[in-house]
Amino acid sequence: MEGIDGSGKTTQLGLLAKWLSAAGHSVVVTEWNSSRLVKVATKTGKKKNTLTPMTFSLLHATDFADRLLYNIIPPLKAGMIVLADRYAYTAFARDAARGVERKWVRELYSFAVRPDLSVYFRVPIEVSTDRLLARRIKLKFYEAGMDMGWSSNTVESFRIFQGKVLDEYDRLVEEFGLSVVNATGSITEQQRVYRKLVSQHLEIANDDEQLDDIA
Amino acid sequence: MTTSSSTTSPEEPAEGPTPGSYYGNPIPYLPIEGYPGKIIAIEGTDGVGRSTQIHLLREWLEVQGYGVVETGWTRSELMQPTIEIAKASNTLNKLTFVLLYATDFADRLEKEIIPALKAGFIVLSDRYVYTAMARAGVRGVDRTWIRNLYGFAIAPHLVFYLRIDEKTLIKRILQSRGMDYWESGMDMKIGDDIYDSFRSYQKSLLKEYSSMADEYRFRVLDARRRVDVIQDELRRQIGAFLAESETTTTTATAPGP
Repeated sequence: MEGIDGSGKTTQLGLLAKWLSAAGHSVVVTEWNSSRLVKVATKTGKKKNTLTPMTFSLLHATDFADRLLYNIIPPLKAGMIVLADRYAYTAFARDAARGVERKWVRELYSFAVRPDLSVYFRVPIEVSTDRLLARRIKLKFYEAGMDMGWSSNTVESFRIFQGKVLDEYDRLVEEFGLSVVNATGSITEQQRVYRKLVSQHLEIANDDEQLDDIA
Repeated sequence: MTTSSSTTSPEEPAEGPTPGSYYGNPIPYLPIEGYPGKIIAIEGTDGVGRSTQIHLLREWLEVQGYGVVETGWTRSELMQPTIEIAKASNTLNKLTFVLLYATDFADRLEKEIIPALKAGFIVLSDRYVYTAMARAGVRGVDRTWIRNLYGFAIAPHLVFYLRIDEKTLIKRILQSRGMDYWESGMDMKIGDDIYDSFRSYQKSLLKEYSSMADEYRFRVLDARRRVDVIQDELRRQIGAFLAESETTTTTATAPGP
């Protein structure tokens, strides 16, 4: 699942995981930039603000490759459902917003498994900013795109950066056929739409399993 | 990245990507046209004497008044600790291995190489992207993918490949520091015996390097010769190149003696 910071996607993903587990599915959640492999480098780079758009992009790709091989492919082989809180599309959107060449990033991630379903939680910048500020979340340097030097004001920089990211996501919706959920609605409302989208894919999977059992 | 089969001498091939420009699609936010510096890469497997040669070259160049910057594989401030931990922990696979190297290279390219080129330095690069390509090639990583990945690399002005045969290499390595896990390609699980693994791994690596020689216009030097003989040859070729680039650069931005 995809969406900018403050789109509420982590909340939605948590609720979806509960529902799937309750229905008897084995679910694994994997989060963007969570592998131990690149933690030290990402931390140093972020602390010292020395990451460039290219090294930022490559570190995230390394993280992704590590998780793909250890946390994504094995559960898929075991027939489990992998819920990815952000996927390669996040890289496509953010890296392009930072001025990395679109084609290069797409080729970089060509080793990624194409998801069975990609859902994009679309939200206007004002809504996401309000949500983040309401939770008193301090916008971080890179999350706010401060590395780009567009504005010395964090909130302003965040707006500019996320605006560019949103434009990239719109492009991705077309290019990769992402399913769009309007993320301005109530949590329950969004979750209903989300579950509906997911259940369409599960039915197909279940049918296959039954056929396998018969065979 | 096409190979040249023109009538030029092997020392001065004329076609392919312009030295000092990006191999593939440029980094959009980092235009590098017209930078006065030069990149000289010294390639070769472990134990061919790259660092000795670079050390001597640096002395020689500086005595002549050239500003020199050295850059070396996995030496970036950003990635060095991570690569060391990763190698020690044995959790790397061929993809993360390749990507960690690429991140290291990108960091050095943006922080060391490009600023040095801009300021008119000669960058002596201990290994270059060809090392990454050779190691990835041996491990079966898709060739097109890795070439696209390193499309942001800058084509060096000169690439010297210190070539050695695997038998001589083995003796040198055993006489110095011994075989290590990664240099022996033990991650590829060729076998349990480190000697056999080292031999077959280095053999495949040498093959990969050779296969790139034309494509990337390596100037091949026999690394089995004496250090001073190799150094003389390097100096002769570099000297000729620098003399020529100074006469063609009418703006005279390169630092002279």
